[in-house]
Amino acid sequence: MGSSRATGPPAGLVATALVVALAVAGCGGSADADPPEEGVGGTVTIFAAASLTEPFGRLGEDFEAAYPGATVVLNFAGSATLAQQINEGAPVDVFAAADPTSMQLVADGGGTGVSPATFARNQLVIAVGPGNPLGIAGLADLPGLTVALCAEQVPCGRAAQRALAAAGVALTPATLERDVKAALAKVELGEVDAALVYRTDVRASEQVDGVEFPESAEAVNDYPISVLDDAPNPTAAAAFVELVLSEAGQAVLADAGFARPS
Amino acid sequence: MVAVVPALLGLAFLVLPLLGLVIRAPWPTLPERLAEPGVLTALRLSLQTATTATAACLLVGVPLAWVLARTRFPGRQLVRALVTVPMVLPPVVGGVALLLVFGRRGVVGSWLDSTFGVTLPFTTTAVVMAQAFVAMPFLVIAVEGALRGADTRYEEAAATLGAGRWTTFRRVTLPLVAPGVAAGAVLCWARALGEFGATITFAGNFPGRTQTMPVAVYLALETEPEAAIVLSLVLLVVSIAILASLRDKWLTGGSAA
Repeated sequence: MGSSRATGPPAGLVATALVVALAVAGCGGSADADPPEEGVGGTVTIFAAASLTEPFGRLGEDFEAAYPGATVVLNFAGSATLAQQINEGAPVDVFAAADPTSMQLVADGGGTGVSPATFARNQLVIAVGPGNPLGIAGLADLPGLTVALCAEQVPCGRAAQRALAAAGVALTPATLERDVKAALAKVELGEVDAALVYRTDVRASEQVDGVEFPESAEAVNDYPISVLDDAPNPTAAAAFVELVLSEAGQAVLADAGFARPS
Repeated sequence: MVAVVPALLGLAFLVLPLLGLVIRAPWPTLPERLAEPGVLTALRLSLQTATTATAACLLVGVPLAWVLARTRFPGRQLVRALVTVPMVLPPVVGGVALLLVFGRRGVVGSWLDSTFGVTLPFTTTAVVMAQAFVAMPFLVIAVEGALRGADTRYEEAAATLGAGRWTTFRRVTLPLVAPGVAAGAVLCWARALGEFGATITFAGNFPGRTQTMPVAVYLALETEPEAAIVLSLVLLVVSIAILASLRDKWLTGGSAA
C-alpha cells in the first residue's frame, strides 16, 4: 500500500480504521475518499487453496471495497490442481497455496516465476460429528473407525501422513479425498466418523466439531502467496498480496483460525 | 459435398484432444510407468465395475425400456423424463443424491445399516451403483428406440399363435431388438467406464477398492501430469479396443439385415 501508509498512523490503528471503513462501505457508506494506491483497477485473478475459501472470500470483498475500480476473481481448489492449471497457462495474477510444495510445483513448472512469502500457518485437527458422539480424543482412537483423509497428492494429505507418522498410528482410511473440503463434507454428511482437516475448516463449518491433538504440531503447513511473474494485472496483484500481509488481512485470517507466520 | 467440411471439422474437434494425449505422452518412461502396480489395479477395478454395472443395467433397464415403449399408462412422459435425468444431471450431483439416499444417514442407507449392518459408501458396490446411475439411461433410451422401431406385427402374430407375453418377449421381441440392446449395452458400458464425478462423491477414492481409472487420472494430475497422461492413454486404448471389437462382432453383424 505504498509510502503514504508508512508515514501514517501506527499499523494497528490503520487496520482498525480500514476494517471499520470496509464494514461501513459494505453498508453503502462512503469510505472510498482516499484510495490507498493509484492505478489499481481491472480484474485481478486469485487462485487460492480450498482451505482459504472463507477468509479470501472476505478479503476479496474488502479489496473491491478499497479499490472501486477493481474486480476480484477467486478460484478455489486443491493447491496441486491450481498449480497444474497455472503451469498449463491459466492467466493468473496471484497464487496462494496450502504448502510450499505446491508453490514449488509452479516454480518448477517453467511457465512463470514466483516470489513467495509466507502469510499464514494452519494445522490439522480431527473433525468429528457434532458433540463428538464417539468420544474421539486423539489419533490413536481412529483405527477401526470410518475415517476420511486427504489424498497424499494434496497438502492436507501430506500433513496427515506426517501427523500419523509422528503419532505412530497406522490407519487405513475409508477414502482419500481430493481436497480438504471434500474430506470435511464427508463428516458433515455423517458418512465418516472422523476426518483429518485443518483447524480453519472446522471453524468455518457449523456441522462439525474439532478435536485437537498434539501430533499436529509435527504437521504445520506454511501457506505461501506470490504474485506470478506473468501476472496480467501486476499492480492489482501486488496490492492484493499487500492486503493479505497487512494487519487488516492478518486479522481476517486470524478470525478464520489461521496462525501468523512465524 | 457440402457436408464434408463441417464433418471434417467435427472429426478434428473430437480427435485432436486425443492426439494431444499421444503427443504429450512420456514415451521413454512409458514401460516402467505402465508396470507400476497402481495402474493395473485401477484398470482391473474399472473393467470389473463397468461390466458389473452394465449387467445390472441390462437386468432392469431392458424391462424398463419395454414398459416405456409398449405400454400406455398415465404419466408415461414424466417417467421417461425422469429416466433420462441422470444424462443431464452433473454426475457430482448424482453422487450427492446417492449419498443422501444410500449413505449412512440416508433414507435407505440408514435402514440397511440398522437392519443388515451394511454400509454402501466407500465400497466397490458404491462404485457400481454410481456407474449404473449415470449409465443406465443410455441403455434404456437405445433399447426403447429399438423397440419403437421394431415391427409389432411379429409380436401380434406370436400372440395369436398362442404365445404368452413372456414367451413373446423372449422369443420374438428380444431377438428383434438385439442390435439395439447391444448398442445400448456398449454405450452404457462406455459411460460407466468413464464415470468420475458420481464415483468420487459416492464411493470416494481408495486404491484397489474404489479408485477407478478416471479417479486415478484425476489424482495423478495433481502432482504428476505425466502419470495422468499415461493412465489416460491406457484407458483410451482399452476403450477403443473393446468398442471397436464389439462393433465388429455384434453391432454390424446383428443389424446387417
